Amino acid sequence: MNLILTTTGLFAVTCSCMAGQKVSFNRDVRPLLSDRCFQCHGPNEHDRQAELRLDRSDGPDGAYRKHNELPAIQPGSAAGSAVWQRITSEDEDMVMPPSDASKQPLSGEEKDTIRRWIEQGGVYEDFWAFVAPRTPFLPDIEDERWNRQPIDRLVMRRLQDDGLTPKPRADQRTLIRRLSLDLTGLPPSRDDIRRFLADTEPDAWERTVERMMRRQEYGEHMTKYWLDLVRFADTNGIHHDHYREMTPYRDWVIRSLNDNLPYNQFVAWQVAGDLYPNATRDQLIASGFNRLHLIIDRGTALPEESFTRNVVDRVTAVGTAFLGLTVQCAVCHDHKYDPVTMKNFYQLFAFFNNLDAAPETGSGSGTDFKRGLQPPYVRLSTKAQEIQLAEFDRKITDVKVHIEQIAKRSSDEQPPHKTHQELEQTLKDIRAEKQKLEATVPVAMVMKERPDPRPAHILVRGQYDKPGQQVGRNTPGFLPPMQPEGKLATRRDLAEWFISPEHPLTARVAVNRFWQQLFGVGIVKTAEDFGAQGDWPSHPELLDYLAVSFMKSGWDIKALMKQIVLSETYCQTSKATATEFKADPDNRLLARGSRYRLDSEVIRDQILATSGLLNRELFGKSVKPPQPAGLWKSISLPSSYPQIYKADTGDNIYRRSVYTFWKRGMPPPQMTIFNAPSREACIARRERTNTPLQALLMMNELEFFKAARHLAHRTISDRSLSPEDHVAVVYETITSQLPNAGESEEFLAMLDQLQAMYKDKPRLAEQLCEGIAPHADISMSELAAWTMLVSTIYNLDITKTRS
Amino acid sequence: MGNLLEQHNSLQARRQFLKTSGMGLGVTALASLLPQNSTARAAEHFAARAKHVIFLFMAGAPSQLDLFDYKPRLGKLFKQPLPESVSMGQRVTAMTRGKTQLVAPSMFKFRRRGQNGIWMCELLPHLSQVADDLCIINSLNTNAINHDPAKTFLCTGSEIPGNASMGAWLSYGLGSINRNLPDFVVLTSAYWTGGTRNVQGLYSRLWGSGFLPSQHQGAAFQVAGDPVLFLSNPSGIDTEVRRRMLDSLGRLNQKHFAEIGDPEIQATIAQQEMAFRMQASVPELTHISGEPEHILDLYGAEVHKNGSFARNCLLARRMVERGVRFIQIFHRGWDHHTILPKQLPGQCFDIDQPSAALIRDLKQRGLLEDTVIVLAGEFGRTVYCQGTLERNNYGRDHHPRCFSGWAAGGGIRGGLMYGETDDFSYNVVKDPVAVRDLHATILHQLGIDHEKLSFPFQGLNQRLTGVEPAHIIDGICV
Repeated sequence: MNLILTTTGLFAVTCSCMAGQKVSFNRDVRPLLSDRCFQCHGPNEHDRQAELRLDRSDGPDGAYRKHNELPAIQPGSAAGSAVWQRITSEDEDMVMPPSDASKQPLSGEEKDTIRRWIEQGGVYEDFWAFVAPRTPFLPDIEDERWNRQPIDRLVMRRLQDDGLTPKPRADQRTLIRRLSLDLTGLPPSRDDIRRFLADTEPDAWERTVERMMRRQEYGEHMTKYWLDLVRFADTNGIHHDHYREMTPYRDWVIRSLNDNLPYNQFVAWQVAGDLYPNATRDQLIASGFNRLHLIIDRGTALPEESFTRNVVDRVTAVGTAFLGLTVQCAVCHDHKYDPVTMKNFYQLFAFFNNLDAAPETGSGSGTDFKRGLQPPYVRLSTKAQEIQLAEFDRKITDVKVHIEQIAKRSSDEQPPHKTHQELEQTLKDIRAEKQKLEATVPVAMVMKERPDPRPAHILVRGQYDKPGQQVGRNTPGFLPPMQPEGKLATRRDLAEWFISPEHPLTARVAVNRFWQQLFGVGIVKTAEDFGAQGDWPSHPELLDYLAVSFMKSGWDIKALMKQIVLSETYCQTSKATATEFKADPDNRLLARGSRYRLDSEVIRDQILATSGLLNRELFGKSVKPPQPAGLWKSISLPSSYPQIYKADTGDNIYRRSVYTFWKRGMPPPQMTIFNAPSREACIARRERTNTPLQALLMMNELEFFKAARHLAHRTISDRSLSPEDHVAVVYETITSQLPNAGESEEFLAMLDQLQAMYKDKPRLAEQLCEGIAPHADISMSELAAWTMLVSTIYNLDITKTRS
Repeated sequence: MGNLLEQHNSLQARRQFLKTSGMGLGVTALASLLPQNSTARAAEHFAARAKHVIFLFMAGAPSQLDLFDYKPRLGKLFKQPLPESVSMGQRVTAMTRGKTQLVAPSMFKFRRRGQNGIWMCELLPHLSQVADDLCIINSLNTNAINHDPAKTFLCTGSEIPGNASMGAWLSYGLGSINRNLPDFVVLTSAYWTGGTRNVQGLYSRLWGSGFLPSQHQGAAFQVAGDPVLFLSNPSGIDTEVRRRMLDSLGRLNQKHFAEIGDPEIQATIAQQEMAFRMQASVPELTHISGEPEHILDLYGAEVHKNGSFARNCLLARRMVERGVRFIQIFHRGWDHHTILPKQLPGQCFDIDQPSAALIRDLKQRGLLEDTVIVLAGEFGRTVYCQGTLERNNYGRDHHPRCFSGWAAGGGIRGGLMYGETDDFSYNVVKDPVAVRDLHATILHQLGIDHEKLSFPFQGLNQRLTGVEPAHIIDGICV
């Protein structure tokens, strides 16, 4: 029924390279060479065939080199180029890529692109992503509205190139809903909508944007994306998958994003916050980024294997999150597509292999274990708590002294004031009280260097027990050089290197993810891979413009987000014809507003918020909203801690989803069914699918359903309103829109019929109302029917979609 | 609605194609690209010999020495040190590092069974009766020595989390052959007669979709409550109410589609209708009240317990009948580091009769030839003892260099012992079968070339069998 085809094809993102047009090496040719040729004729020296590399033109192996008098690429002459002869050869033994290489053959059009590139001079360009971004030329756009800011000018230019026109601005209700969901992860309240509709000043939109960004919910929502990227979770993820307490890190991310900590500091503190002189508490907490990797508990694997695994995981995270490169490909061999050598990898490894901690966590017992902690960590005590703790320490010392005195006097005739036994008991009591207090103090696991750096070696084929050549700390040579402060480069130096203005990747990778957050897909679609196998940017100039201006603004995240949402590009309506949707399903060209399904957290939080159940408390330990019984038990070890999912009670079950407890071995199904990742690996973008399991979740998840009932009851309790009004209130609360006549009619007809059904089946209505006491003048059949109505609205496609 | 679903699927297929080809824009018609796409015919590379796979995963790693890899000469070497010429400094786990390696012969008896006289252990009397259908493989070997990475490796082809599982690959590569059920179902046992001390953890990644679209991930059926998460209506909703609600919901969604134009809305409608159908089709699948007594007896008394391995085997047969592509049953409790002889019989009791029944039941319905059944753990166990060593009391540590399993049905030769290990069941000496070879062979039986079934992710064409060469085990295929 659903035969999905596989392909190894990699096409240029555009078809603008039509015959007669100038071929761009980076856009049109490099992706072809990378996908079909680099595996054997690329950066990986080990696999290189025929002493030829096609990823560069110069050097003894470069594409211009001659072999038997014939250059691989002869600029200006396809016929005189071995590459052209081989890709067009009809001899099965000669043709490239080889027919047995499980590589897709080059299509006629692709061959033609290569031919034209060679004939136009066969010029190589440095790989775009490894060259620092420059502010691009900003074209003038005739339409004044689209000429006001660079984003719109660059988007419009591309639209014009493709003969497309943008869509008009979306209606006000759609806009406020889009903005609120994008910036806070929650729909606008009815008050928000009123206020926005009533504001007719020219700067109404801008002020609304600023208001949304000032909300605490902004930081919570922005954090959700970051947690995927750094694979934040509440368990170890391996073997026993025990509890691991990293929530102070999560809270720091929320606070930092709300306080608009500049992105460069946000990055540097995470990489090396512990190495700042007199590091602040926040800098230390941030360094916990290096502790977010999966980690095994003691007793099964060999510690030296676990050690290596942890460091590789740390480096991989840095590669994905900050460089947007798949550096981990070079753990076992030189990268086949990007110029990352094994040596490069282990030089980065050398920055992260010096953590002063055991490579495996404890298991089974001890205070730290029960609290999900593993040294090194810092206690985040308040001043008052510190005074109390000091007081306990003083008392403990006193009693100890006392005990010693008694011991000395033991031969004396005088009976002591208190017996030795009594004093020991007192000591025990004080210690117990101290421990009790300590247990309430949050603790943040942090990064900490050992005094002497560990040597690092290239690990032969990536094997932990096969050290090869020793390597020092350094950054890959194809990127700008690092400027270490002292003789020995430190993680701090590495952090500064990431955020130096010459670095071609850090800012681009960051702005691309923020863009992706607001449009559903990045300018570079492969947000996790900016290398040769990554996607060519849909708008390269726009990406560069955003990266440069982001750095110039002082890496100001809120300013960037604001500039994007103020653009006309962002404000277009997402309504289009089916043909237009089909022509550009991901809306890469931005000829309309983006429309895509909300993420799992937003779907759940929206239900909580609109039903009135949401608990807006900020920060703290992760919480456990109810989930179907037995999920953890069906997979965990009997000695896993914790083994059974014990749902919270009270208001805690209505906290935002960013606070939900995340067991890597079995994440909450309400999240994973809607494509949340398991947090076992760093994920820069989520996929979006549409499945029957999602439909079942939306219809039947008990907390979702109870929320529908709660909203139904709350709404119809206002007896001064008519059913039509009630429908309008609920519809507006959930979708931010007012129902039109047709919709109202559908709802009212449904209501009548459902109420009749429930009247006929009073037992069914009773079951539906179990656990709630309807107001005296509301019948159970009425509440039941209204609950189904509200649930219907929660199940609408437009409700789970941002448009 | 069927039409809508098909529209949706063709749209999904198209989107998928656009995604996988890394092509977002300016696309000419899909049809014009297809003929150029040499790998698009992955499913046609071989004639498929089977349509379904049932993978019986013995999580924790059963001892090959005590169940399949008969080593009669070890008896004389009781408590003798394992020669270094055999172990060759092979890495061990943290549990037996630095300890003397003394030989622990199996205390269990083996007999030749079936027409070909293959060696079967006394702990597996029912499987012994279907010996002529079994292909015992004694030369399996893996890279990993600890449970978590080894299970991840066996299920996804990589020790590092994040790859797609076998079932997800099959769902992705072959598509669905039923309208109302998932392609890939996972069943976990809730009972282990061998006791809970040897029970190892599972992780949803073992049936995850990794980098593949998540509709291909395994649907883990639950023992308690709804077999499929969130399947049942909340209390207070019956079918009539649900239908009425869906009617309005469908009309409103359709209306919005007309206004907005996004075909994704049609997909939502189709999936909501599919969900409604599943509310009937899943209970129809999991309710076994219609099974006649003699069939239930075949699987044994445990079949009456929801969540037992026996029940799961019966459900697997019912799923094959209904077109589920890949069924993976996890049975835990095989991690016998100590007192193995005391705990192994209980584990064998759990799986012996039901797995033999599964073979017989499928066979009598003519479905065995369409179904590859595989039984294996994540690695083997050491010939040397861990903990107390007596003739009838010993334990065994993890051993990746060789382990045993069996395959049956689906074009696999029965009555065969394939591959050989040395006298200590320590090293493979003949016909090694790496995990990727097993994967390649399973794909092969379903008509897929493992080198052609790929998905671009992180710059590579990812495959279940990874980058090392994998071989189809011709010797076990009919």
